[in-house]
Amino acid sequence: MIVDKAGTPITATDNVQPDTRHGVILYVEDVSVSFDGFKALNDLNLYINDGELRCLIGANGAGKTTLMDVITGKIRPDTGKVNFGQQVDLLQLDESEIARVGIGRKFQKPTVFEALSVYKNIELSLAGDKGIWTSLFGKLTGEQRDRIDEILRTIGLTNEAFYMAERLSHGQKQWLEIGMLLAAEPRVLLVDEPVAGMTGQETERTAELLTSLAGEHSVVVVEHDMAFVRSIARTVTVLHQGSVLAEGSMSEVQSNPEVIKVYLGEDSGEDSGDDNSEGYPSESGEEYIEASSSKEG
Amino acid sequence: MNMKTTHTFVEIIRKMSHLHIVVGTLFVATIYVSFCNLAFAESSFLHVSDYTVSLFGKYLCYALLALAVDLVWGYCGILSLGHGAFFGLGGYAMGMYLMRQIGDRGVYGNAELPDFMVFLNWTELPWYWAGSSSFLWMVLMVFVAPGILAFVFGMLAFRSRVSGVYLSIMTQAMTYALMLAFFRNEMGFGGNNGLTDFKEIAGFSLQDPHTKLGLFVVTAIALAIAYWVSNYIVKSKLGAIITATRDAESRVRFVGYKPEYYKVWIFVVSAMIAGVAGALYVPQVGIINPGEFSPLNSIEIVVWVAIGGRYTLYGAIIGAILVSYAKTRFTAIMPEAWLFALGGLFVLVTLLFPKGIAGALPGVARRFGLDANTNDNKTNKNNAQSEEQGTLKAPRAGGQ
Ligand SMILES: Nc1ncnc2c1ncn2[C@@H]1O[C@H](COP(=O)(O)OP(=O)(O)OP(=O)(O)O)[C@@H](O)[C@H]1O
Ligand SMILES: [Mg+2]
Repeated sequence: MIVDKAGTPITATDNVQPDTRHGVILYVEDVSVSFDGFKALNDLNLYINDGELRCLIGANGAGKTTLMDVITGKIRPDTGKVNFGQQVDLLQLDESEIARVGIGRKFQKPTVFEALSVYKNIELSLAGDKGIWTSLFGKLTGEQRDRIDEILRTIGLTNEAFYMAERLSHGQKQWLEIGMLLAAEPRVLLVDEPVAGMTGQETERTAELLTSLAGEHSVVVVEHDMAFVRSIARTVTVLHQGSVLAEGSMSEVQSNPEVIKVYLGEDSGEDSGDDNSEGYPSESGEEYIEASSSKEG
Repeated sequence: MNMKTTHTFVEIIRKMSHLHIVVGTLFVATIYVSFCNLAFAESSFLHVSDYTVSLFGKYLCYALLALAVDLVWGYCGILSLGHGAFFGLGGYAMGMYLMRQIGDRGVYGNAELPDFMVFLNWTELPWYWAGSSSFLWMVLMVFVAPGILAFVFGMLAFRSRVSGVYLSIMTQAMTYALMLAFFRNEMGFGGNNGLTDFKEIAGFSLQDPHTKLGLFVVTAIALAIAYWVSNYIVKSKLGAIITATRDAESRVRFVGYKPEYYKVWIFVVSAMIAGVAGALYVPQVGIINPGEFSPLNSIEIVVWVAIGGRYTLYGAIIGAILVSYAKTRFTAIMPEAWLFALGGLFVLVTLLFPKGIAGALPGVARRFGLDANTNDNKTNKNNAQSEEQGTLKAPRAGGQ
């Protein structure tokens, strides 16, 4: 439950405006999560500024997805604080309330509603009343229709609008999920591996879209595709074994000795074989390090 | 001329939705049965006997019950193996009213108390029998009793996120517990004899063939209304949400809905439809006893829906009627083998038509050129929705 300063509860459907006077929209402080003794997140601290585009990188198992699970309420951390703006304590809310206060998420494995049409998928995701009676009797307004059409155009699925989502290709499902995210008009978008399975051209369009969203929205992108990260990143945070290893601009991070050490230490560990999109040079861990060490020299 | 008539006929069928077809079929069948029951002498071979009328009425109650199960199972993925409980509660609500209508015509001639209470030496009606002599109260209870049970059960189960097999087992336990409770004489529902020996309903004698026909017609109307309501629900945004919940419940949460409440809601609506089915069933068969709560009954309903084809609404109706008809026929010959036959039928249909009879229908319709997709003037929307139209890029091998 969300409570205002006087202690009276605010229903989550009310538009909760996060208090971002300090310029920070998402506070993650000293968060730890363990699975059967294994620390997936270890005293993690992360601050996302209002309107920024942040890239999160890190090897497989670094805890990137777990971090998103914590922010969106899927996993309760063992310790720590997660705040939306200064006042809204996200740990007090459940998944649907967190979604309604304005945090949207795209999953690593694209999850769309397979038995529904592309159109319905977006319709369900639209911002607005999520109550039962509205869903039963409510009709789409003209404005909402226009919004859906606009989103369909943005994600390039206008012709597929009435296909069942299960018939879409992997890349199209990724787009659909991004469309669902747009429809919800969240303040913060958490985007987990958006370009996996996309062609080079699609990847470029995704990069454009995410960059254009920053400013009005805060966007956190997790991606293994370094070329993609380089093309959109302003600030990059490197996660390693559940904590933040480094933070800064792409070149700062690349020249950080700790980062180099970690990536060198597990040269075969970083696998990005799954998400090398066509059109981008292969970016294995070694090449990544070579690029950064040559800069050093 | 003849060709042209056939052509327009085909055109009309193509344009009809399944709502039109189901309600239309019900309407025609009702008129036909009523007419043949009333207009022809018993000796005529066109005559439909009073027995058959009640039998059809019973099938329609089953169809209503199957519709209720399809709503929760087919559309929302809640495999309820306890819908017999809601059916039974609706039936008991009606049974209590019918008991009170007997008045002093019972064996003991007690105007206030039903016979079984006199037999138990009770001197006054238990508090929960209050109001049971009123028709309106009965109608209310037919909805409220199953509704409350479904609400309490749903709040407990869905809010603690119980699903899958565990949920199915819980629904079985629920109906089993009710059966045991209703078997007890002290419960005040007639123990294992249940409620029976009804005389009249709302002033009409239950022995009168016209009353039987009337009940049949009322059942058909109830089925048509329930079908319309269910169709409205599943076509609405709420319907899309419950289907989304069936396939990806946690994803629904991340979009901002509370799927547990949607599940409770659809479960309650479904329970109420099942309650109505039970209430209409009781006067037509003349008895309600705790056997209706037997776990086996509830499983049978699920088999109807599976055979008819879930996630279509009309499939449930087809399944319930066909299987019940087969049961009537079969049990007349070898009653003890019925369960084996039902099991065999279930296995066969699941193997040959995983989507049930309804799943095989579009193929049949296409062969006869009756389905909307072969129509030349299809709308854009139909075009995109049809399975055949449009080519999609082959799915790319994607990471993750
Ligand atoms: N439910 C769970 N139970 C046990 N261990 C888990 C669970 N979820 C995640 N983990 C473990 O926690 C660690 C962090 O996982 P996480 O999914 O957050 O990594 P990631 O950074 O997203 O990796 P990837 O790049 O492969 O997606 C991994 O070692 C993973 O095996
Ligand atoms: Mg991950």
